[in-house]
Amino acid sequence: MTDPVIHLRDLRKIYVVSERESGILAALQSLLHRETENIPAVDGISFDLRSGEVVGFLGPNGAGKTTTLKMLSGLLHPTGGGVSVLGHVPWKREKAFLRQITLVMGQRNQLVWDIPALDSFELNRAIYRIPAPDYRRMLSDLTELLELGPLLRKPVRNLSLGERMKCEIAAALLHRPQVVFLDEPTIGLDVTMQRRIRTFLAEYNRRYGATILLTSHYMADVEALCRRVIIIHRGKLLFDGDLSDLVQRFTAHKTIVVRLGDCLADLHAYGDVVSCDEGSFTLRVPKAQTAHVTERLLADLPVIDLLVEDPPIEEVIERVFEQGAE
Amino acid sequence: MNGLRDLYTQQFKTTFASMLQYRASLAIWMIGHVLEPLVYLIVWSTVSVSSGGSVGTYTTRDFAAYFLVMMLVNHVTYTWIMYEYEYRVREGGLSFALLRPAHPIHADIADNVSSKLITLPFMLLIAFVLALIFRPTIAFAPWAVAAFLPAVLLAFLLRFLIEWTLALTAFWTTRVGAVNQTYFVAMLFLSGQMAPLSLFPLPVRIAAAVLPFQWMVSFPVQLFLGQLTPIQAMEGIAAQILWVGIAFVLLRIVWRAGVRVYSAVGA
Repeated sequence: MTDPVIHLRDLRKIYVVSERESGILAALQSLLHRETENIPAVDGISFDLRSGEVVGFLGPNGAGKTTTLKMLSGLLHPTGGGVSVLGHVPWKREKAFLRQITLVMGQRNQLVWDIPALDSFELNRAIYRIPAPDYRRMLSDLTELLELGPLLRKPVRNLSLGERMKCEIAAALLHRPQVVFLDEPTIGLDVTMQRRIRTFLAEYNRRYGATILLTSHYMADVEALCRRVIIIHRGKLLFDGDLSDLVQRFTAHKTIVVRLGDCLADLHAYGDVVSCDEGSFTLRVPKAQTAHVTERLLADLPVIDLLVEDPPIEEVIERVFEQGAE
Repeated sequence: MNGLRDLYTQQFKTTFASMLQYRASLAIWMIGHVLEPLVYLIVWSTVSVSSGGSVGTYTTRDFAAYFLVMMLVNHVTYTWIMYEYEYRVREGGLSFALLRPAHPIHADIADNVSSKLITLPFMLLIAFVLALIFRPTIAFAPWAVAAFLPAVLLAFLLRFLIEWTLALTAFWTTRVGAVNQTYFVAMLFLSGQMAPLSLFPLPVRIAAAVLPFQWMVSFPVQLFLGQLTPIQAMEGIAAQILWVGIAFVLLRIVWRAGVRVYSAVGA
């Protein structure tokens, strides 16, 4: 087996934050003596990513996702533990390392605001020293996959948020990085644009065999792209494995949607009634009893339609967080 | 080296395109660069006229020459990096810069030089018009004019390195304004921006002699005006090279320490 592309062992990052009470007196006191507090943002995380994997990196706000991505890309110096990406120590930010990675932050822009994206692309070509033929090929690939054609020659400030994000992603990938870190690449985008970016990332991974680690608050991103997910909470690892295992492990229930045409019947005998909308009941039943309950429902009631589902992934994740908090 | 040239060329193009989007603000900067020396020129001319036609060794028309050349040298050597860094650190623009396989100073140098290339022709035109009005006396010496070119380049380099280093205080504090103000006051008195250094009392001249400020503005101006002997010119250029060396070492030390802080507290 080949060495992992990304390797973390007991990675830690502790922020030292100075704190003080509000008010003038407290402000004066803080001049003389500053109270500091150690905040462990990342508290001993270990995982490996193999070449070509697309992994979802999940956790609530403040869980330590962005801090981890910044340590992996070399922006932050870890407080402890080991990290290596493509055999490099990220925080040394060697040029050979920087040429092979990229970090896309959904809330920050690198494109020059007042000029067309194409000009910023040319600048990146020079900075990354991309040979002209490679650059042309990559540009035409990205233009095709992200449908950038009409956008490239407009000043960036005249683009919509979604259009700008597409250009941002293209700019970040021109040097064809082998490792791609994405921090909420679809934040604030509409559903269509989210889907387009998702499709693109899957295609980029397929075409170039790149390793991708992405954070997102949209489960649709994760379901569409990642077989494997890593969940952290308060700086600690809660889960690392297949998305399907996550659902199996953290859900003891299935959801049965049964359509009867009205909401008059009393179904409490069959399971927890979550809701009834326009004649469709949603029931929550223990996983082991799913088959039995379904059978009874079909036998006892005038069922028009019946559907057995896993609970939505959001719910599963929420449960993981809850358990992690305990 | 080829890669660096390509980087500079592209950065030139980018800045050019951006600057042309901001013609109004560019014009306002230039007006500032004309007005400040013009005010000093008018004040000193008035003082000179009312005290019988000269102050110290400077006649009214000497003042005109001094401030017109100073206006151009100041324009060529000024930077705006100290206003920018705080924003860069706070808004995270620096994070992108750090993740690129090229030192961010290259982009800043290219950015500065290309914007000067746009504005310099206008400044020369303004200087010419002002020369017609104020009738300066300049004793051109061909060798001095020839030496002026490297002197002004070194002045630019020195000022750029020092102001870039000072801008890095943004890594440590969010109140860079105080540092900037202190620096600008020192610059005003000790670089020769407000008045020729020879008119200041001895303590100020001693301070100017041991500090780097005069090498950024005053020295090239005096050289151009033919006020220096060839020996003084050579000593001056040697002093500039020495200060550039010191500034370069300082920049590297501060940059490394700053990036360490940046990557410790969160970028």
